[in-house]
Order: sequence, then C-alpha cells, then structure tokens
Amino acid sequence: MRNRRFVEDRITLKYGAGGGAMRALIEQVFAAGFGDVPGGIGLSAMDDGAALPIGDRFLVITTDSHVVQPIFFPGGDIGRLAICGTVNDLAMMGATEPLGLACAAIIEDGFLRTDLERIWTSMRDACTEANTTIITGDTKVMRHGELDRIAITTTGIGLASRVVPDNGLRPGDRILVTGTVGDHGLAILATRGELALETKLVSDVAPLNTMIRRALAVGGAGVVAMKDPTRGGLASALHEMADKSGVCVVLDEPAVPVRDDVRAAGELLGIDPLIVANEGKAVIGLRPEIADAVLDAIRSHPLGRKAAIVGECIADRPGSVIVETGFGRRLLAEPEGELQPRIC
Amino acid sequence: MRSCGGTTDAELPLMCLGVPGRVVSVDGDLAQVDFWGVTKPIRLDVVDAPVAPGDYVLNHVGFAIRRIPAEDIEATLALYDELLAKSAPDDLMAADVRNELDAAGKP
Amino acid sequence: MSELAQLRFRDPARAQSLTATLADRARALGRAEPVSVMHVCGSHEQAIAKFGLRAGFPPELDVIMGPGCPVCVTDVPEVDEAVALAKQGVRVATYGDMLRVPGTSLSLADAHGAGARVEVVYGVAQAVELARTTTDEIVFFASGFETTAVATAAVLLAKPPPNFSILSAHKYIPPVMEIVAEMPGTKIEGFLAAGHAATITGWGVFERFVERHRIPVVVAGFEPLDILAGLVRLVELIGEDTPRVENAFPRCVSREGNLEAQAVLWRVFEPQGGRWRGIAHVPNGNLRLRDEFAQWDARRRFDIDLAPLWDHAPAALVAQCQCGDIMAGIASPHDCGLFGRECTPDNPVGACMVSAEGTCKIWHQYGGHPDLRQIRRRA
Repeated sequence: MRNRRFVEDRITLKYGAGGGAMRALIEQVFAAGFGDVPGGIGLSAMDDGAALPIGDRFLVITTDSHVVQPIFFPGGDIGRLAICGTVNDLAMMGATEPLGLACAAIIEDGFLRTDLERIWTSMRDACTEANTTIITGDTKVMRHGELDRIAITTTGIGLASRVVPDNGLRPGDRILVTGTVGDHGLAILATRGELALETKLVSDVAPLNTMIRRALAVGGAGVVAMKDPTRGGLASALHEMADKSGVCVVLDEPAVPVRDDVRAAGELLGIDPLIVANEGKAVIGLRPEIADAVLDAIRSHPLGRKAAIVGECIADRPGSVIVETGFGRRLLAEPEGELQPRIC
Repeated sequence: MRSCGGTTDAELPLMCLGVPGRVVSVDGDLAQVDFWGVTKPIRLDVVDAPVAPGDYVLNHVGFAIRRIPAEDIEATLALYDELLAKSAPDDLMAADVRNELDAAGKP
Repeated sequence: MSELAQLRFRDPARAQSLTATLADRARALGRAEPVSVMHVCGSHEQAIAKFGLRAGFPPELDVIMGPGCPVCVTDVPEVDEAVALAKQGVRVATYGDMLRVPGTSLSLADAHGAGARVEVVYGVAQAVELARTTTDEIVFFASGFETTAVATAAVLLAKPPPNFSILSAHKYIPPVMEIVAEMPGTKIEGFLAAGHAATITGWGVFERFVERHRIPVVVAGFEPLDILAGLVRLVELIGEDTPRVENAFPRCVSREGNLEAQAVLWRVFEPQGGRWRGIAHVPNGNLRLRDEFAQWDARRRFDIDLAPLWDHAPAALVAQCQCGDIMAGIASPHDCGLFGRECTPDNPVGACMVSAEGTCKIWHQYGGHPDLRQIRRRA
C-alpha cells in the first residue's frame, strides 16, 4: 500500500493536483472525524462521490469546483466542463440519470456579460446532451483582482440501483477505455501561450452518462470498477483502481487509443498522454465473460467509437501498473496527480 | 510569464528530444515544421543543407540540425535488416521478420 | 519519409527480433560476468526506460547510464552563479528542469520563492525574444551539451539585444568519455554515443578515443530500433575485438557532421577544463564564450557575488548523495540510501533526481529496472 504523505504547514499547488498529496490532505484534514455512511459510500472511501442508501436504491451525490484556465478552450469551456464533470462523476458511480444539478458561480467584477451568456449557453447544451437540468444555484461577485475571472462549483444528485465501486477488480478482469486518451490535457497545454504549439488539438469534454447506461445494461454486475481519468490521466486512475483492489494492472500500451496529433504534441512537450487529464472518457473494469459484450455496447454509442480493451489484472505485484510497451515492459510510476495547475 | 509554483517537469526543456518533422513553409531563416499534426516554428540558422517544403528536418531546441534525405531512411532500415540476416539460422523470429520484409517490399 | 517508414523505427516485430539477436550475441561472448557498456545521453536512458527495453536486455549485458544528463553535471558553483545573479536583481531565464537543482544551498526555484525574477523558457531563442520586450537585463542560464550549445551560439551570432547575456554552463561530451575510460576499476567495454550530438560533431570525433583506449564506439539514434541495433553492433564489435567507431545512425550522422553548425559552435565557444558535478575535473569539458563575445558573457558583464550563498550551510543529506558515482556508472540509484526515501522527485536532494534525464528521476518514474522478465500473465 502507498506511503502516507506528510501535510506541511502551508497548502501548495500539489495538494489540489488529485494525487497522493491531495489524498493525504483529505485523509488527515478533511475526512478526519467524519464517520462512514452505513450501508453506503462516504468520505473515507474517497470515491468519485457519495452514496446514501434510500429504500432499495442509493442516492448518489457528487460535487466539483471548476477553475480551468483558459475558460474558453478548443472543444469547450468552463461551463461545459462544469456540467460534464459532475454528470460523469455520477455516472461513474452508477447513477446515469441525474435528478438535477446545482450550480454556484463566483464571478469577478468586470467579467463580460457576453462571456457569461456564452458559458451559460454551453451549460444548457451540455445539460440537454445529458438529459438533465440545473435546478438551483448561487451567485457571488468578487472585487476585480480577488478572483481570476470565474469559478463554478457544481453538485449533482442521482439515483442508482447498484453503486459501481472503483475497487472491485480481481485477477483475470479486463480493463476497457472508452476512447482516445490525453486529448483534454494536451489541448489545454497547447493553448497556454508559453508552450507556443500550433495544433488543432481539441478537448474531449462530453457527458458520458447515456453511454455508461448502455454498458451497465449489458454488463450488469460484471462491471466491477469505473473511474473517469481526469487529473493524473489514465495512469492515476489505473493506480487507484489497482491499489484499492489489491491487484496488478498490466496495460497493453499499443492498444491504448491515442490520436496521432495528441501523441505528437506529447512527444514534443515530453508529456506522456497516459498522465494527462481526460474529460470525456471512462476506464472500466470488467469480468472477462462480459467484456466483449460491453465493448460492443460502448462502441455502439457516438462517444465510444474508439473504445478498446487495453489491459488485464493479474495477481503478481499487487498495487502496481505494468506497461507492455510492445518493445519491453516498464512499471508505470504513479503521477503526483496533475502536473499543471488549472487543467479542469 | 507564469509563476513557478506547481510547475514541474511539464516544462521540459526539449533539450535532447530531437524529433524529426516535415517542413511546411520557409520564410528566410525560419521554417514552419509539422510534427505529426503539430506545427512549430523552427530556425534554420545551422541546418546542413538548404531546406524546402516537403523536406524532413531533425529539430533540437527550436533549431533544425539536419535535413534528412528520404533515401537515408531506407539505408537505416537496410542496416537493421542486414543485422537480422546475419542472425542464427535457427532463430525463428528473425526468419519470420525476413519473410515479412521480403513480402512487404518498398513502402 | 512516409509515415510508414517513420513507424518502422518503432516496428515491434523488428524490435523483438533485434532483442533476440542481442541476447544471442551477448551469450556468444562466453563471459562469466555480464559485459558492461555505457551510453552517455539522457535521451538514450529516457527511451530505454519509456519503451521498457531493459526488460528485454539479456542478463549477459549491462547497459549503464554515464554522465549524459546535462542538468545533473552542471556544477554547484555554476548553479550558484545563476542563483546569485537572480538574488542580485537580474532576471534569469532558464530551461525548466534547471529550476529546482540545488546549488550550495539554494536553487533558482528557491530564489524565485524569495522574490527573485526567474523565468522558464523552452529555448534560448525565447529568452532573446524576452530581452527584446524589456529594458531589464536578461541572463540566459545556458545548460546543455554541444547540440544545445549550437543554438546558443547561433543566437549570439544573430546580434541579440544589448540587455541580453549568457551564463554558460555548456559542456562537451567526448572529453568525459576519456575520464570514464580511464577511471580505475572501470569495466566499460564499449560506448553508445548520442546520435544528435554526433549529427553536429560527426562520428570522426571518436576515432582518436578509440585508438587510444581500444574501446569500440557505436553512434545510435533514439528510436527503439536504433538503440537495439546500436547495441547489437556494439556487442559484436566487442566480440570481434576490433575496436572502431561505427555509425548506426546514418540517416542523420556522417563522419564530418554538420560543418555549418560546428563553425557556429567553435566561433562562439572555446573548450575549457572544469568540474562536472560529482565527476571532478574534465579537461576541455566545458564550453566558455570567446573574448570577442565578452559583452554577452554574464560572467564578464556582472560582478557575481557568491558569498551570501555560502552563509547557508548545505543540507546534511547532501553528504550522503551518490549522484557522482551514479553518473560515473559505478553505482545505481538502489545503492543510494536516500533514493525513494528522503530523496524523491517531490523532495530531491541531488541533481539526478531533479532532472527529467537524471538517472534517479527516470528510475523513480519508470520503476528503475525491476526484473519484469517473469510476469505471470494469466491469473
């Protein structure tokens, strides 16, 4: 199991990166003193959200703050990200039909009305794609210079008859990704002025719930783990699943779908597409007997055309992720969450 | 310029990466070079031969250091194939590769 | 080059075949102990680690990384000079991975945290652009080996603005190969030379080395096939006992190299002896600006005050750091008591853990070379 990271006297950027430091912060500060949810999933599980048993189902709740910079990027904007991020977290826990979203916006004095309307239109469109709506919210305005343009916090609720954990893998299970990896993170990095790359990279931000519903309908209890690989990318998600489940994940690198231009940008910048954020993909652990059927179901959905089985679980070296490169093998180091601030 | 807080290896210096790319356009000492879908401006101050659109160049920290002639690619592949040809006669894997190469012919 | 041809340098079938050939050749040497060869390029180690090539190397072969990480060999006083300038109020532009390398006690990142102006750039040309946008003094901390020094030389020949200067920490690889070959106890029987440096210098620069030390040198590129083919040739040359230089990167390297780039390099720089961090004195190993470029030489333009940096005592951990031995190829990160414990990428002690090309950083990131040869795939 992982070593505990110490929490120093100041909170620095790494504590928001989604990696080990952030987990230590949650364990040692945020979650300390809050009990578990009996019969459900609470803070200590550090899953994508919480699940409260209600009758014969679960009420799933998740919340996320969005501080992506720049707020308008190729393929989306902070509004679309806010909706999709939350819809996807609900879906990852098995709640694929959100009951509604609550949205709180903190806006800097001087923010252009046209930009705000553009963001809100984007959010409405994303809600339509996800078959959901914003049911309540809050608005605050801060003085110019006290906040960088806008921050949006979204909370989502949904019902699930079965909560899909992120720790159910066992040896023999297959790992599936629903499409190409690295798109969002590299698209954001390519637009940030100082990296000066001319590309047509586009974020993959999209709501996954309708696709995941198909996967769950076909796979049922054979879907044993699900995560959306945001901060820290596919590598972080696999590490977390391997660690929580006590298995080793062997990743077949040539099978992992990566767009040519994303691969090229990654090579030029020295950044591995396996470790950057995705905002329209899921990693799913499947029992071998239903794996192919679930793959077909996902590929039948527009967001899942490039889905692929990319790995399997073994018992040797539990908690590790081993990469078959096609030329040899290496251990995939666990990234310290997201290397760049404000990716999502 | 962005502050240093939180920025680590992602700002790699591109020092030793030396990635080859294809020249899209040339303007004096500057070329726009396409690396598999990503275009970067590359300086031509020290490249070893005149460069034209369609050529391939090896890039190092924003400078082209070599124009790679297409025939040299084939020379390298031939070199590797020669190595395989010399390998042990009972090396089944090498035999498979030789057969595959013979069947494939030139690209 | 067609995309197909490009892909052929990453063709797994050929790679597997070359791996088998490599094992064959290594075994054919019939030695009791593994044969040691060394490469001197951080990018070779990066490629080996990224593609997991070591899981395929035969046990009869030991591929050691030598002092090929430019950041790691930048000496402590050189880092101190950059830090001192920053603390004196000069804006220092640097490659990203020099940022956190500790000098005697402080790194540029530390100086920045205390209010100094330090900017990360991805190349010297960007630093020049920066100098054009301001009247502030801009010093570019020029680390890197000869291939990178060519870029620095090119911008100096292109008349940079008067507020721009260079703090040169550039180094030259061929002299350090001599040092390694002459080290007592060295077991290195062959060198894999860096393809990109040789693109500039030509492979002819290694002929005298080979004559003197009777050790073969093979110049190799950075794709998996390039590295494997280079190693096969190297092991073959060791077996034939006919030491010579061989070029396994013909698409980019010739005997004379890139004469234009060489002219640019030696017009601006001259070789000078100096210390490489952890390796001691390397004759002709450093590249310093010639007198006619004095006005762009930060060392001659500024009065660099290093004394305040020596008021801080260096951390006790530094004494236990094994970077020097690791870079010389006589120890591995696992031999260092600090590796993975007190010394991690998050809290680095030595330069090898800071640099993206540092042996310790790469081992930590990719899992060193744990023995991944026997992994049971089916549960």
